[in-house]
Amino acid sequence: MNLRLRVDPIACTGHGLCADLAPELVQLDEWGYPILADDVPPALAVHARRAVRACPTLALKLGRAERGAGQAQNRRDHGPQRSHGSRRN
Amino acid sequence: MTALSADTTPVRASGASARLTAGWHAADGPASLAEHTELYGPLPAHLGGLHGRRRGETLADLVLAAGLTGRGGAGFPTGRKMQTVASARGPAVVVANGMESEPASQKDQALLSRAPHLVLDGINLAARATGAQVAHLCLARNRSGLTTGVLAALAERERAGLDGVPILVHELPHNYVSSEETALVHWLNGGEAKPTATPPRPFERGVRKHPTLIDNVETLAHVALIARRGPEWFRSAGLAGGAGTMLVTVSGAAGLPGVYEVEVGTRFADILALAQPDPGSSGVLVGGYFGTWHQIGVLAQLPFSAEGLKPAAASPGAGIIHLLPPDSCGLVEAARVLRFLADQGAQQCGPCIFGLPAVADDLAQLAAGRPEGDPLDRLERRLGQIAGRGACRHPDGAVRMAASALSAFAADVAGHARRQPCRAAGPQLRSARLPAPPGGWR
Repeated sequence: MNLRLRVDPIACTGHGLCADLAPELVQLDEWGYPILADDVPPALAVHARRAVRACPTLALKLGRAERGAGQAQNRRDHGPQRSHGSRRN
Repeated sequence: MTALSADTTPVRASGASARLTAGWHAADGPASLAEHTELYGPLPAHLGGLHGRRRGETLADLVLAAGLTGRGGAGFPTGRKMQTVASARGPAVVVANGMESEPASQKDQALLSRAPHLVLDGINLAARATGAQVAHLCLARNRSGLTTGVLAALAERERAGLDGVPILVHELPHNYVSSEETALVHWLNGGEAKPTATPPRPFERGVRKHPTLIDNVETLAHVALIARRGPEWFRSAGLAGGAGTMLVTVSGAAGLPGVYEVEVGTRFADILALAQPDPGSSGVLVGGYFGTWHQIGVLAQLPFSAEGLKPAAASPGAGIIHLLPPDSCGLVEAARVLRFLADQGAQQCGPCIFGLPAVADDLAQLAAGRPEGDPLDRLERRLGQIAGRGACRHPDGAVRMAASALSAFAADVAGHARRQPCRAAGPQLRSARLPAPPGGWR
C-alpha cells in the first residue's frame, strides 16, 4: 500500500515546517507553500508522519494513494521541478 | 436570423439547429407558461427516479443515452452524474447553476431571460430523477431583472401546480469563483461564496450534507427536451461525434456578436461565419477567461466540441468565442484577463494569494514592453508551479490561459521582450471595464 501526502490548500498558511522535516517529500515554492512529492516510499513514511504532526494548521495529511478524483491536487503536474519523483523511481 | 432591438444580448439561431432557441430567438422577454407549453408540449409526468422503474427507463438513463454533457464548462456526462446522485444514500438536493460569472459568456442570461420555463422544467425533472425534496436555483445578485423574470415564471408554475418540489431562487455575490460548484454549496450552507477543499465533492456530500446534483441551467434545459422527445431525437443533432446542440456566445470583433445555438461539433469556421468576423481579426480566445488563446487559422477546420478541439489543446468551455480586433494586442488582452482572474480569486490558497498576482505582474510587464529582469523566464517557471495546487481549479485555469497566450502570440512575445512598440490601440476586452473589487462574499 502506497502512502501519499495531501495538503488542504485553504488551511495551509505556508509555515513550511513540513519542508524542514521531510525535505525529500516536500519542496516549497517561492512563496513558502508546499509542493508535494508523488507517493511516499515506505522508508520515508516516518518522516512524512513527523511532518504531518508538526503542521501548525493541521493542513497536511497522510493517506493511502488512491486513484481517482482529487488526486492531482498539489502534485507537480508539469513544470521544471520533477526531481524528487524521478529520483526515487 | 434576427437581431434584437432590446438592450439584451442578441440571440441568433440558424434553422435546424434551433432547439432551445426555437421560438424565442426574436423574443425580448420571458415566454409565459402558456407560450412555453404550446411550443414544447406539457412536461412529461411519467418519468421519475429509480424506484419502481426498470433499468434503462429512468430519466437519468435517458439522459445518459442521449449523450448530454454539462454545458457549464466541465463537460461531464450529465446522465452519469444523475445516476450517481440518485443512487447515493439519503435524500438528494438539486442545484441549478445560473451564475454565469464568466464575463465573455452571455448564454445563460439569454436562456433564463427568454425561456425560464425550459430551465425550471429541467430542475423539476432533475429533482424527480434524483428523488430530491428541494431544488435551488442560483443567480448572480447584480442581475435583478433576470431574477424578477424567473420569480414571475415560478409564480405561474405554482398557480398551475406544476412543480412537486419547492424551487428556491437565490441571489449570490457575483465573483468569478462564486459560481464554482463547491462555492455554491458553501453559500447555500450559510458560508461565503468561496470554493472549499475537496473531497468531499458535492455529489457525495453537498447542501446540508445531502448528495447534491449541480447542473448548469443550459444543461437542465436540454434535459427538459430529452424528457419530451427522447435520446434518439437529441442525438439527431450533432456533428463529428458530438451530441445535441449547444449555446455559443460570440463576442469581440464580429459584425453580429451574440448567442448562437449550433450543433455540437460544428466546424469552428462555420460558427465564426455566422457572426461575421472582422476579416482582419486573427487572435481568438476560446472557452472564456479559463480558456485558451489561438490564431484563428489553427482552429478553423476543427469541430467545436471538447473532443474536436483537443488537437489544438483547446476546449469550448461554456461555449465561448471572443475575437480580437485587428488593432489589438493579444498579450495586452491576456495580461488584463490574468489580472482580472488574480483579483477575482477567493484569496484562500497560496497559489491564488501569491502565485496569480505574481504571474499577472510578469505578464503585464511583458505586455507593456517594460520588463524588469526577465519576466518570460519567471513566467515559464511560475506557470508550471501553480497548476493543481489550489482548493479549486481557479489557478489552473488562469495559468493555462496565460501559457496559451505566450504560445499563440509568440511573435509578439519576442517583440515585447525586445521593447518594440506594440500595435495595440487600447484595451478591447470587457475585462477592462469590469469592476475589480468584488461585492463581498456572503
